[in-house]
Amino acid sequence: MAAELHVELVAADRSVWSGEATLVVARTTSGDIGVMPGHQPLLGVLESGPVTIRTSDGATVVAAVHGGFISFADNKLSLLAEIAELADEIDVQRAERALERAKSDTDAAAERRADVRLRAVAAH
Amino acid sequence: MGAQLRVYKRRIQAVTATKKITKAMEMIAASRIVKAQRKVAASMPYATELTRAVTAVATGSNTNHPLTTEAESPARAAVLLLTSDRGLAGGYSSNAIKAAERLRERLAAEGKEVDTYIVGRKGVAYYGFRERKVSGSWTGFTDSPEYSDAKKIAEPLIASIQKDTAEGGVDELHIVFTEFVSMMTQNAVDGRMLPLSLDKVEEESTEKGEILPLFDFEPSAEDVLDALLPRYVESRIYNALLQAAASEHAARRRAMKSATDNAGDLIKSLSRLANAARQAEITQEISEIVGGAGALADASAGSDK
Repeated sequence: MAAELHVELVAADRSVWSGEATLVVARTTSGDIGVMPGHQPLLGVLESGPVTIRTSDGATVVAAVHGGFISFADNKLSLLAEIAELADEIDVQRAERALERAKSDTDAAAERRADVRLRAVAAH
Repeated sequence: MGAQLRVYKRRIQAVTATKKITKAMEMIAASRIVKAQRKVAASMPYATELTRAVTAVATGSNTNHPLTTEAESPARAAVLLLTSDRGLAGGYSSNAIKAAERLRERLAAEGKEVDTYIVGRKGVAYYGFRERKVSGSWTGFTDSPEYSDAKKIAEPLIASIQKDTAEGGVDELHIVFTEFVSMMTQNAVDGRMLPLSLDKVEEESTEKGEILPLFDFEPSAEDVLDALLPRYVESRIYNALLQAAASEHAARRRAMKSATDNAGDLIKSLSRLANAARQAEITQEISEIVGGAGALADASAGSDK
C-alpha cells in the first residue's frame, strides 16, 4: 500500500472534504506546490486557484479555493479557505454568468474567482 | 352578566392571547438554538486549524510582528460589543452591555482611551440614547450571522490596529460577547483578541499535549503571519457572532418560557376571581328572589285577613 496523508479541506463555515490522499497540488503565492506523504512540515499562503487531491483509491478531487492557507505536519494536511467549493458543487452556468458580469464591470477579483471556478470544473 | 364578571372574562381573554404569542415565540427560539449550535459546530474545524497555524508561526519563528507584540505603553483600545437586534430576550443585551461597561472602566483605569464598535440594534440604541461616541456599528444579522458579516466587521478593526496610535489607530482589540455554555447558561464575557497572548493560544492548542513541529514557511514567516492574523481575527469574530446568536435564542426561549408560565398563573388566578364573582352574583340573586318571595307572602297574608 502506498503511503498516505490525511487531508482536511475546510471552509470558514463548514468542512468541505476530508479523507486519505497520495498527492495534493495547490497554488501558493510563490507557485504551485505538490505535497506527498512524508513532506517536511509546511505552512503556506494559498492563491485563489484550483486544488487537486489524488485520493488513495486513485480518484481525483478538484476544488476551487479562494484565498487561505495550506499547512502540513505529521502526515496531516489542512487546507484552510474562506471559500472552498468542490468541482461537483460548482454551478457552471452561474460561474459563466458571474464571469461575464465581472468582465463587463471590470471587477478583477470577481473575474478571477469565476475563472478559478470554471477551471476547477474543466480540470475535474 | 355582572359588570365585575365581564371585566374578569375580558382580562382572561387578553392574557390567553398573549400566552399564545409567547408560547409560539418560545418554540421558534427553541428550534433556532439547535440551528445556531449546528453552525457553531460547523465553524469549529476552521477555527481550530487556524489557531494551530497561528500558534505554529508565532512560536516557531522569531518574528516580531506588530500584531503579536504588546505595545510598550498602549494608549488606545478598541472594544467590539455584540448585542442583539431584537428585544424580548430577557437580560441578554443588557448583560453584554454591562460587561462592556466594566471592561471600559478597567481599560480607562489603565489609562487607555476606548473606541467602541457595536453589533446589534440594542447596543446602538443604548449608546445613541446616551449620546456616546461609536466608532462603527453593524445591524441586521445577529439572528443568523454569515462569514461575510464577520469579514465586514473585522475590516475596520484590523485597519485601525495596523495604524499608528498617533494617527488614531489602536493598540489593543477586545471583544465582548455572550458565550454559549449550555441551554440554561450563557455568560457575557470579554476577551482580548490582539495582540495575541501566546500563552493562552498555546494552552488552547497544546491541551492534547501535541508538540508543534518546525514549519517550513512559504513564502516567508512574516508573509504567512501577515496573511494569517486578519483571518484569525475574522474567524474569532465569526465564532463569537455564532455563539452570541445561539445565546440570544437561548435567552429569548427562557424569557418567553417564563412569560408563558406567568400568563398561565395569571389566567388561573383570574379565573378563580371570576368564579368567585359569578358565585357572589348567584348568591345575591337567590337572596333577592327569596327576599322578594317572602315580602310577597307577607303582603298577601296581610290582605287575606
